[in-house]
Amino acid sequence: MSADGIAGRQETAAPAIELKGISKAFGPVQANKDISIRVMPGTIHGIIGENGAGKSTLMSILYGFYKADKGEIFISGRKTDIPDSQAAISAGIGMVFQHFKLVENFTVLENIILGAEDGGLLRPSLAKARRSLVELAEEYGLNVNPDALIEEIGVGMQQRVEILKALYRRADILILDEPTGVLTPAEADQLFRILGRLREEGKTIILITHKLREIMEATDTVSVMRRGEMTATVKTSETSPAELAELMVGRKVLLRVDKKPATPGDVVLDIKGLRVVDDQKVERLKGIDLQVRAGEILGIAGVAGNGQSELLEVLGGYADGTGEVMLNGHPLALSGTGADGRSRRTQGIGHVPEDRQREGLIMDFAAWENTAFGYHRSDAYKSGLLLNNAAIRSDTEGKMARFDVRPPDPSLAAKSFSGGNQQKIVLAREIERNPDLLLVGQPTRGVDIGAIEFIHQQIVALRDQGKAILLVSVELEEILALADRVAVMFDGHIMGERLSSETDEKELGLLMAGVGS
Amino acid sequence: MDFLTLIQLLDSTVRLATPLLLACLAGLFSERAGIFDIGLEGKMLAAAFFSAAIAALTGSVWLGLLAGIAASMSLSLLHGLASITFRGNQLISGVAINFLAAGLTVLIAQDWFQQGGRTPSLMGGGRFEPITLPFAEALAQVPLLGPIYSELISGHSILVYIAFATVPLTWWVLYRTRFGLRLRAVGENPAAVDTAGVSVVALRYAAVLICGVLCGIAGAYLSTALQAGFVKDMSAGRGFIALAALIFAKWRPWYALYATLLFGLFGALETRPDVIEAVIGIRVQGQLLGALPYIMTVIILAGFVGKAIPPRAGGTPYVKER
Repeated sequence: MSADGIAGRQETAAPAIELKGISKAFGPVQANKDISIRVMPGTIHGIIGENGAGKSTLMSILYGFYKADKGEIFISGRKTDIPDSQAAISAGIGMVFQHFKLVENFTVLENIILGAEDGGLLRPSLAKARRSLVELAEEYGLNVNPDALIEEIGVGMQQRVEILKALYRRADILILDEPTGVLTPAEADQLFRILGRLREEGKTIILITHKLREIMEATDTVSVMRRGEMTATVKTSETSPAELAELMVGRKVLLRVDKKPATPGDVVLDIKGLRVVDDQKVERLKGIDLQVRAGEILGIAGVAGNGQSELLEVLGGYADGTGEVMLNGHPLALSGTGADGRSRRTQGIGHVPEDRQREGLIMDFAAWENTAFGYHRSDAYKSGLLLNNAAIRSDTEGKMARFDVRPPDPSLAAKSFSGGNQQKIVLAREIERNPDLLLVGQPTRGVDIGAIEFIHQQIVALRDQGKAILLVSVELEEILALADRVAVMFDGHIMGERLSSETDEKELGLLMAGVGS
Repeated sequence: MDFLTLIQLLDSTVRLATPLLLACLAGLFSERAGIFDIGLEGKMLAAAFFSAAIAALTGSVWLGLLAGIAASMSLSLLHGLASITFRGNQLISGVAINFLAAGLTVLIAQDWFQQGGRTPSLMGGGRFEPITLPFAEALAQVPLLGPIYSELISGHSILVYIAFATVPLTWWVLYRTRFGLRLRAVGENPAAVDTAGVSVVALRYAAVLICGVLCGIAGAYLSTALQAGFVKDMSAGRGFIALAALIFAKWRPWYALYATLLFGLFGALETRPDVIEAVIGIRVQGQLLGALPYIMTVIILAGFVGKAIPPRAGGTPYVKER
């Protein structure tokens, strides 16, 4: 059959999945805003977007984990209610989660029948599953040992089990959420071969990822999500990584930061060959070389998940790494003794973490307690063996005034402040310690415009005092406005460095997509 | 030590192991489903009281047993409500149930019977009487096997036989049925069960209710078979020893049988210091034997003898995540 013929058939057939006007809010956060999408049967449809763009929420709605506030779901042209996972399964939807939902000390076979048993006794169910596993293995090339324990097989194999689970339940629509996050490149290639095979057999596949390369390689059509909205749906063959990167990161109100040209001094931070391997034994940093000088802001750009978080974590002292990192000419411990937040702070590194609610603050604690964290051993905060609460409070009051935290009440719990004011508390704590090097991650994520400006001013002011600043942000606009120099990270590597005055979004976008250098 | 003493010792081992075994299997169902239950003690105590009270009032031990099971199941439901529906802390809920049972049983006993927090002594149909198995008399004279059959195996109350039959039954349910597969799964990874379209909440409630039934039988055994009536705090820490046995048994049914028999033997020896002295020549303090189950559990937990890995999702309420 000719390509035209296939395309013609797809036009007339009902979409395998059609979402109309799906909206979902979690409290004040609008995770999905009026999302509509059509996925044709027998295609691989990519959904791309940064972390927190709302991809997973959308798929959780499709799989019955959440109920949409508004909107309708059509499966093969029929309006379908999906109140729970059971309904999704009977509608022919299978989901492979980013974090596998397998019982570790069960066998492959037991995991496959769980929830889809035939009758009250296990023996017939297991026998049936064993037979059908042989068929599925032949049909799709999905070979697994049915009697292996999950905890004894690798992640690539575990993912196969997840796919088999869905196929065993007769899924026609398969959703894969960030499937390659834990896979080696070879395993990922194998996965895409399997997906191609499934498409040939007429299955519809939705591939959620933030990796542009996978979208370009594997999908027929792609939808881009940004901040809860579906910004575009295009044919993969008619787009480019650079265009997708731009759609993902987006353009917002032009940010303007008043700053004088930088006057870089001595090298404060010198990183050579830095590597980080995560808990799943995946290498996240693959030999990073960077330098940050006194009096300059180095911005790290990149699509989220390309190693920026790991870079901050290892420099902040709470992930282990290998390589050589010098601060003012002295080596930093990258694992074992001395590789912890306390040592880093005494050595002169301040850290404004990416996720202020989880790493920067204790949300149930008061502002004054949060102000003391990390520095609670300092003499100013102590009286004898005890904390000098009065001193901490009055110090916090000063900080809140200087950083314009509203309301300026030190005894209020951190969770009672708005995102911008929470960030100001963290920033005040770290900046007022006068660090030689300040690590800043996503300083304005979820922060309102007014606070963004103020936070940017504070960071520039610190630079002008001759301090070194390493800024990680997924907002290109922010990087270009704030940084003096930009390094682009892709897949654990530095793709290239540019002076921010001599580059633009287009060039950086290409680097972010892993193209050229 | 002569043969008859040994038989007697084992006989009392069986009797003392029975409530431990039932409570241990009760805890096994609950914990295998991911709900820690330190309220076994309280449930047994409540069941002991209500069994004895209703048996005393109606003269029927069977009605007493049902009342005991009902009381224990109500506390199970309370535990389920706190830890499954409201996702509270399972340990705190368990502790609360223990206190509740300790206080309420005595209070109600005093209100109903005015005998200083006890129930009247049970007689006749108010107790589970020993059952003499067929041919026990006839075979008693057969050397060796005769006494084992007639003294050790025969002559226990029906609840003892139920307890021992529960072991293979539990094993079969856990490893051979759909319910068992799901139960074990929900204690290891509730998200896997949830995404497979099975209700985590329903499974966990089923588990705590089964736990309630078994604790109810254990409690009824204490007051209507082992003793003849309820006295204050008569569970005497058996719920905790059962928990220790559960860890010792690594959450497995057959091991639970061996562990509770071993702990039952310690209990039997506690009352027969003369036997120990005769065998090993040293006088051992009874309290030391009483403490042995706990000491052994600590050793097991410290990882000296194999590793005891509890169900992975144990103790944590299930919250759907993205």
